[in-house]
Amino acid sequence: MRENDLTGYPPKLEGPDRPMVRFANVTKSYGSLTVLDSLDLDVAEGEMVTIIGPSGSGKTTVLRMLMTLETINGGVIYVDGDPLTHMPQGDRLVPANRRHVRQIRSKIGMCFQQFNLFPHMTALENCMEGPVHVLGMPKKDAQERAEELLAMVGMADKRDQHPSRLSGGQQQRVAIARALAMRPKVMLFDEVTSALDPEVIGEVTNVIRKLVSEHNLTMLMVTHQMGFARDISDRICFFYGGRIEEQGTPDELFNHPQKERTQQFLRAVKEAV
Amino acid sequence: MLDWRWDFTLDILPRLLVATGNTLLAAGLGYAIAIVLGLVLALAQRTPSRAFTMIVREMVEFIRSTPLVLQIFFVFYVAPQFGIRLSPWTAGMIAIGLHYAAYLSEVYRGGLDSVPKGQWEAATSLNLSTARTYFRVIIPQAMPPSLAGMGNYLVGILKDTPMLSVIGVAELMHTANAIGSETYRFLEPYTMVGVIFLALSLPTAAAIRLFEAWLRRKLGMI
Repeated sequence: MRENDLTGYPPKLEGPDRPMVRFANVTKSYGSLTVLDSLDLDVAEGEMVTIIGPSGSGKTTVLRMLMTLETINGGVIYVDGDPLTHMPQGDRLVPANRRHVRQIRSKIGMCFQQFNLFPHMTALENCMEGPVHVLGMPKKDAQERAEELLAMVGMADKRDQHPSRLSGGQQQRVAIARALAMRPKVMLFDEVTSALDPEVIGEVTNVIRKLVSEHNLTMLMVTHQMGFARDISDRICFFYGGRIEEQGTPDELFNHPQKERTQQFLRAVKEAV
Repeated sequence: MLDWRWDFTLDILPRLLVATGNTLLAAGLGYAIAIVLGLVLALAQRTPSRAFTMIVREMVEFIRSTPLVLQIFFVFYVAPQFGIRLSPWTAGMIAIGLHYAAYLSEVYRGGLDSVPKGQWEAATSLNLSTARTYFRVIIPQAMPPSLAGMGNYLVGILKDTPMLSVIGVAELMHTANAIGSETYRFLEPYTMVGVIFLALSLPTAAAIRLFEAWLRRKLGMI
């Protein structure tokens, strides 16, 4: 692979225009199966980018690589100017060690399709675990912040409940509060409404809408809710076969898709609704 | 007919009850060692090093595949050849603790594997350290599914303590043997040993089931 050929990549991205997230020529494969093929994608600070596409197109892998849940086979991922998957050594890049990964990863938060709350902790404890034990916040401050965030997602009255007592929509809202408690600069939403009953999808999408309008978070989202994506995204990327087939503003992509595969996909999605 | 003598039974009962204390102590100490060492053996099989995992695996298999009584003899009679002189109690606790640690490590392994992958991913996304992830997220969730197996082995270790009599630990079986060879009466002491073991095992098994239910409730995982 090109793993060792890191000469072309800068050890740091600088300047006022540098993106919050950059995928530079990133490749991911499982054995002979290439999931992502030389992906180049920049996300600006405060930008909301939604990834859509058929299943198997590699869209979830993009988020998982950024959260370091998957390793990459080629290229470099940068977060807030610093390489995430690699670290500078002199003026070149070498694969990152655990410490470096942890340091850069602290800027990223993620919400999952299956919520993944810690079932043996209450909603409040879920939101305090990271701040207290990773960020080293005093318990009192962490609790205040957790309560604020739970209030923001409308879960203040359920703070002492365990996840098994909460509905899917409620669990996902707690999961969003838990991720925000770590004060990430980048938030990743991986099909966060896919496991929900239709009638509670709104309570989760409303929280995300609120985040978009009130916070300067950089967000990357994978979703099947096309209407929602169209409403809140700054940019939509249509993935097909491990590549970005087409991207643009919601208006460009949904109303004037240029590529035939994009048109096909959007037709198929429309028919399904 | 059976020649059962109640007065003799009453006579030997105090001695047997003192020995019961030793049996409980042996089972308790051995189990405490096994619980901790078992977790070490289970976690040692989850390091990134393949070779290390293989070595620990083989060790666990070796211990599980050889008889406990042999291991007890071995620790007690062979260790002195290497200059390590152990008392019967120490040798016995090492042998039985290690033996049951191997069994418990398998129970833990199953419990750890049963924790969904999403829990690891959530821990990563919150940037928790590996140690924190294990002790705050994974192990608490691995406990309830491990408890039934752990309970079986608690009853198991209790019933295996008579094997310590072969190296002279004065537990129940050893005491019953002593009474028998002093008085030439075996019916009463052996019967009472059986009754006492039954009286210990049955409530233990019931207590474990209650504890398991309580723990699931406590952890909010019903």
